[in-house]
Amino acid sequence: MKWEAHVLLVVTVVSCIVFIVRLVRRGQLRAKYSMLWLSIGVVLVVIAAFPRVLAHLAELAGVQYAPIAFLLVAMAFLLVVAVHFSWELSRLEERTRTLAERLALLEQRLEERTPADS
Amino acid sequence: MPPNALVVVPAFNEQAALPGTLAEVLRHVPPAQVVVIDDGSLDDTAGAARAAGVPVVRLPYNLGIGGALRTGFSYALEHGFERAVQIDGDGQHDPTEMDVLLAGLDDGADLVIGSRFLRGGGYEVSRTRGAAMRLLGRFVHSLTGQRFTDTSSGFRAFGPRAMRLFARRYPAEYLSDTVEAILIACRAGLTVREVPVRMRVRAEGRASTRHFRLAYHYVRLLVVMAAGAGRKEELA
Repeated sequence: MKWEAHVLLVVTVVSCIVFIVRLVRRGQLRAKYSMLWLSIGVVLVVIAAFPRVLAHLAELAGVQYAPIAFLLVAMAFLLVVAVHFSWELSRLEERTRTLAERLALLEQRLEERTPADS
Repeated sequence: MPPNALVVVPAFNEQAALPGTLAEVLRHVPPAQVVVIDDGSLDDTAGAARAAGVPVVRLPYNLGIGGALRTGFSYALEHGFERAVQIDGDGQHDPTEMDVLLAGLDDGADLVIGSRFLRGGGYEVSRTRGAAMRLLGRFVHSLTGQRFTDTSSGFRAFGPRAMRLFARRYPAEYLSDTVEAILIACRAGLTVREVPVRMRVRAEGRASTRHFRLAYHYVRLLVVMAAGAGRKEELA
């Protein structure tokens, strides 16, 4: 890759990191997710800033065109994140379902005690 | 019906059919032994239940029949019931058959399934649906080693062990609430038995699931069944 491409990548990834840190500071992003994104960001910054690392990685993996190696790494990370979100979503859904059930049962109890105002 | 059994009626938009169903049920049990789980209905299902003098638990939004049942089991346990019978709100299940299901529990089963097809119940289904049901039966057979003629029957009785298991974990999606529940019970080491019951052809009101959705649910169920093969379920 040309050096302009590397600058572009570094700038993009660094601004993403800054954006995530800002979200955490405002309390809009739970720290556990920020860790996920930040660690990904750091790895991508290193790869983008030091072309040698990337070239070396590409060679190790048997990828002839180095930028593809960058995309592969980025994609692998995104896949992990996506699966993690599905897992988290399933857990949350189970929790909201349980909450809905508890709420309904409590309301019924209340109604039983005060039959007049239902 | 013995006083330690609760009739759980999951109902979603059953304002029209529910009064009839409840009137029938109440010929066999007092209102305190019945609970309607209003599964986030948009019509006045809860009002219909109250008019019949039956306790109603209103879910804040639709959880699916499995979620409604799970709520029903929690309700049963909180109120000290030892057994539960599921009767759908649409009037498909004949309450006179409840005793047949409960007798199955007396014989030592934890989960008793009322089958439309055992001993020729005279219940007719379309050819594709029949084939799909047989396919399910075959899969369940290969996973549990037990033969079931009506895996998707929702007319069931639950003993105390099944109630405790299912109050914690009951599959919510369409088809899973019946078929997958059998697998979960078997994996937990519960005794599951089928008994023949008469069932009515489903009354008007509930739009039948569209074909592609049905196909999706069958495929999803097969994946779930394959993924769960060999897994052990823990009893609470």
